[in-house]
Amino acid sequence: MPKDHGIGASSKRREDVRFLTGTGRYTDDINLQGQAYVHFVRSDVAHGTINSIDTSEAENMPGVVRIFTGADFAAVGSIPCGWQVTDRFGEAMQEPAHPVLAQGKVRHVGDPIAAVVAETKEQARDAAEAIVVDIDELPAVVNMKEALADGAPKVHDDLKSNLCYDWGFVEDNKAAVDEAIKNAAHVTTLELVNNRLVANPMEPRVAVGDYGFANDESTLYTTSQNPHVIRLLMGAFVLNIPEHKLRVVAPDVGGGFGTKIFHYAEEAFVTFASRALRRPVKWTSTRSEAFMSDAHGRDHVTKIELALDADNNFTAVRTETYANMGAYLSTFAPSVPTWLHGTLMAGNYKTPLIYVNVKAVFTNTVPVDAYRGAGRPEATFQLERVIDKAARELGVDPIALRRQNFISEFPYATPVAVEYDTGDYTATMDKLEEIMDLSGFEARRKESEAKGKWRGLGVNCYIEACGIAPSNLVGQLGARAGLYDAATVRVNATGSISVMVGAHSHGQGHETTFPQVIAEMIGIDESQVDIVHGDTSKIPFGMGTYGSRSLAVCGSAMVRAAEKVINKAKKIAAHLLEASEADIELKDGKFSVAGTDKECAWGDVTLAAYVPHNYPLEDIEPGLEETAFYDPANFTYPSGAYACEVEVDPDTGKVTIEKFAAADDFGNVVNPMIVEGQVHGGIAQGIGQAMLEGAVYDAEGQLLSASYMDYAMPRADDLPFYIVDHSCATPCTHNPLGVKGCGEAGAIGSPPAVVNAVIDALASGGKNVPHIDMPLTPHRVWKAMNA
Amino acid sequence: MTKATITVNGKPVTAEIEGRTLLVDFLREKAHKTGTHVGCDTSQCGACVVHVNGVAVKSCTMFAAEADGAEVTTIEGMAGADGSLSAIQAAFQEHHGLQCGFCTPGMIMSASALLKENPKPTEAEIRHYLEGNICRCTGYHNIVKAIMAASGQDVTSIAAE
Amino acid sequence: MYAFDVTRPKTVDEAVAALSQEDAQALGGGQTLIPTLKQRLASPSALVSLTGIEDMKGVCQDGDTLVIGGGTTHGTVASEGGAYPALAALASNIGDPAVRNRGTIGGSLANNDPSACYPSAALASNATIVTNSREIAADDYFQGLFTTALDEGEIITSVRFPIPQAANYQKFVQPASRFALVGVFVSKHADGVRVAVTGASEDGVFRWSDAEDALSGNFSPDAVDGLTASADGLMTDLHGDAEYRAHLIKVLTKRAVAACQ
Repeated sequence: MPKDHGIGASSKRREDVRFLTGTGRYTDDINLQGQAYVHFVRSDVAHGTINSIDTSEAENMPGVVRIFTGADFAAVGSIPCGWQVTDRFGEAMQEPAHPVLAQGKVRHVGDPIAAVVAETKEQARDAAEAIVVDIDELPAVVNMKEALADGAPKVHDDLKSNLCYDWGFVEDNKAAVDEAIKNAAHVTTLELVNNRLVANPMEPRVAVGDYGFANDESTLYTTSQNPHVIRLLMGAFVLNIPEHKLRVVAPDVGGGFGTKIFHYAEEAFVTFASRALRRPVKWTSTRSEAFMSDAHGRDHVTKIELALDADNNFTAVRTETYANMGAYLSTFAPSVPTWLHGTLMAGNYKTPLIYVNVKAVFTNTVPVDAYRGAGRPEATFQLERVIDKAARELGVDPIALRRQNFISEFPYATPVAVEYDTGDYTATMDKLEEIMDLSGFEARRKESEAKGKWRGLGVNCYIEACGIAPSNLVGQLGARAGLYDAATVRVNATGSISVMVGAHSHGQGHETTFPQVIAEMIGIDESQVDIVHGDTSKIPFGMGTYGSRSLAVCGSAMVRAAEKVINKAKKIAAHLLEASEADIELKDGKFSVAGTDKECAWGDVTLAAYVPHNYPLEDIEPGLEETAFYDPANFTYPSGAYACEVEVDPDTGKVTIEKFAAADDFGNVVNPMIVEGQVHGGIAQGIGQAMLEGAVYDAEGQLLSASYMDYAMPRADDLPFYIVDHSCATPCTHNPLGVKGCGEAGAIGSPPAVVNAVIDALASGGKNVPHIDMPLTPHRVWKAMNA
Repeated sequence: MTKATITVNGKPVTAEIEGRTLLVDFLREKAHKTGTHVGCDTSQCGACVVHVNGVAVKSCTMFAAEADGAEVTTIEGMAGADGSLSAIQAAFQEHHGLQCGFCTPGMIMSASALLKENPKPTEAEIRHYLEGNICRCTGYHNIVKAIMAASGQDVTSIAAE
Repeated sequence: MYAFDVTRPKTVDEAVAALSQEDAQALGGGQTLIPTLKQRLASPSALVSLTGIEDMKGVCQDGDTLVIGGGTTHGTVASEGGAYPALAALASNIGDPAVRNRGTIGGSLANNDPSACYPSAALASNATIVTNSREIAADDYFQGLFTTALDEGEIITSVRFPIPQAANYQKFVQPASRFALVGVFVSKHADGVRVAVTGASEDGVFRWSDAEDALSGNFSPDAVDGLTASADGLMTDLHGDAEYRAHLIKVLTKRAVAACQ
């Protein structure tokens, strides 16, 4: 029987009630007394020098409160980057300034130049149109390889070039890798693009700045995945506001997928302007604005070589990747193509020698940063595609080739500096074959052929590093922050519990799952436990939610804090039961004395803690509240095997997803319903990347896919029901819950399955196409099969 | 500025509007019903779907002036007077048909319009009907399942619960 | 959006009078116009909403002709246009349900978006566009990208579709907008076959005369086999180049004919 409460139960989500009745409170639902609205004047050219900004006409337009330009921000700090990568030669990356409003130059379409604050949204926009910006347009660099050519226009005049860094990993392996490739029995080479994406959470970004003059306190309401990170970056580096005078609130947030991790200019602007104007200032992004101001994701161009010996064992992998940074360094941008990508290049395989080279490049495009998976989808895609290509070239079964090269002993230290604690790749592949009914594939292929369609099967594995991250390790790697998390467990007098967590729930269901853990530990009903999150004034500290880290890191902090609470409660119970603390047991919400029938209830103990009349005051303090900070000992390593079956219409190149299955190993699972929902959503985004989505710039740096009219979002009729399984669990060995994280798996594991399937389908139709770059639109597939 | 009166979930709301005031702005700013969301500006995402005189429309693509005198139902009007969830709302919770919740009001309004027209839609009919409602979180699996369940269909055979 | 007034006349005459103001513009269902206004790509002084004019709504059959009021929504055509099944099917696939509940046939034809569905039906059906002042044959009506024979302030009050012996519309969607990347409407009448193509040409909807000639002699998919749609003048964009669109025109024409059999 499945459990009906606590860890392992598919408890229904308590947050749903407000979302289903229209009573959620998203940032755009917050309207403060006296609030003014800002509209940003954004660059419509990709690169240019600002000669002048004439605001004279706009200033006299109805409702205008004040117009700000770069000059107002000359003394304000630069938007900081949170990660410094060191290049192959031991030098720090090139790190340009990132102003809140453009200073002298614009560097991408959408770069904010000026901001009008007015009484209404439309008045702000009316006045913004009356601002005359005189820009000398400069040649733009869009293509990364062209950006690195001699004489290319520089995005930042004060930098040596458009190269942010040239990173090699592991540099000491390079010669041995080169040698192994030279001597290999077979080398498969693949050049590919990991397409640029726009995260597109359905809630566009919103920021409201509010300043309390009397106590000199600023509050920022913002659509963030991590309010403390915003407080840290904006307070310390941009606006110079000490923590105790700056409160950041991220209320209900309508999806993030990475793009709401970062600190954005608009957040700093509304905070700054609300202080200058002494009234609240609100900005609500339109979707069109989001396309040119939200950080984009992916955008890698890669060449990968896989070397095999005569027995088809992988002997070496060598990659060269160009990673687009866009015009400025967004918060975590430098870490994505390096530490979140290079360290994953072993995948699920015991390849002994690996060398990864990444050149990060500035271009006149929107900054690129983490998007669901962040680096790991890029690693998985190239590796799983090149393995498929190798299998095709060698005439061997792609599943067998993978199985033969699986890592099978754990812990396993890869040649790219990480140590996988647990996993069972054979088990997930076995499970995948079962749930996908792979043995029935040939029959299904024949059915498709009878309809005039070509059917293909694609299979791949993935590994990811989640639970980000051990602070001492990431510190060595260039992180400018610790990546622990924190939780406070506050037990109230009557025994109910509030847990203040640093993680932020914007769809993940923490308000349901975190109480399941506490309820299990204490043996009380889940309804007795509530989560508080998203407000720096209410929670102890926290690095927020991304990198599938919430339960593995913040959940672990919560467990540690709960353990402290339980230990103290046992002391109180020992006193009440007149027994030795060592003999006290907590089960089903009751404290008992081992070997006796003496017991008292959870509520008796919690009441005693707050009404300490009969209480060991000489030994312990009253009250029952504990905080823990948890810094993980290692990353966690979820893994799995995915399969996709497609049909290709030979007449038009149109691909339909006919069947999709995912067998994941997430370690222990707290709420299976929610975990499966996370996988569904990840798969849809992965299929979106593979089939539909792509942010495309023209040579002048104009974004061609700048709205849903041209950027294809996956819709219900693009997708099938998915078959998902997470029963092959090898619990994480180094966190107290044994959990690994599930948020990104679907987006990491699915793109190669789709592309492998399409290549297979084309082959079944007699078209030997080695590769097609994503998204596999009908047009691209048709072109490839008719090339 | 002119005055418009729109009956929102059974209660008339009168407010000053401009010609360019959209119905969604009227609902959010004048009627203070913030459950109706705006997720795009090209009339595609469907987070703003409401019923005007019983018919599903995108409230971001209709002027408030055009709804003067109309009866509008928003997500806030879908639960019972006692707060009990409607069958569709309950099915979304039961089958985890929402995550971040931002698209959910539009999904519920579209789903209820669908079930009015077609009380037992097939999977394909549901997917086609949701063409104008974009969800970024769920991959639609549990949304489709929830709508099938709300229409009284057995969903136990659908992969993975 | 720029500021403007919205008026809601009850009759065609009132609407025509309202549209005589300078920079006044007709507002049908608004499903294209309102997003355009949001981008500030139009700045009318007043919008004259046609949705309150009851005389312009509804579908009725007049002998061998289906008459559709200019203010009739796509949803109504889909549900009540059963006398012309291919047209009802086309209407049922425009946009999405909420868009179909607002968008109107008159609005679509007046806008003449090069990727819209209705222009292909009107042109292939040899429909008559009826306005407040005259009747315009479809062959004379469509005059290029977003351009029609309508005069300023002229309102489409109804559209008269001769009901064909057989007809079918094949839409190949652009994956993002879900407009037609290419759409082909084939319509077989007593005096021959007409084939109209939308989504493909830089000049908007057009008739593929080679296919019409071939199909008028032999109304079967094979009749198209030997033909090649020319890529000259076809659109190239993110979602497909001219060559691909030309290829799709042929594929979809064959499919439409096959569906008529």
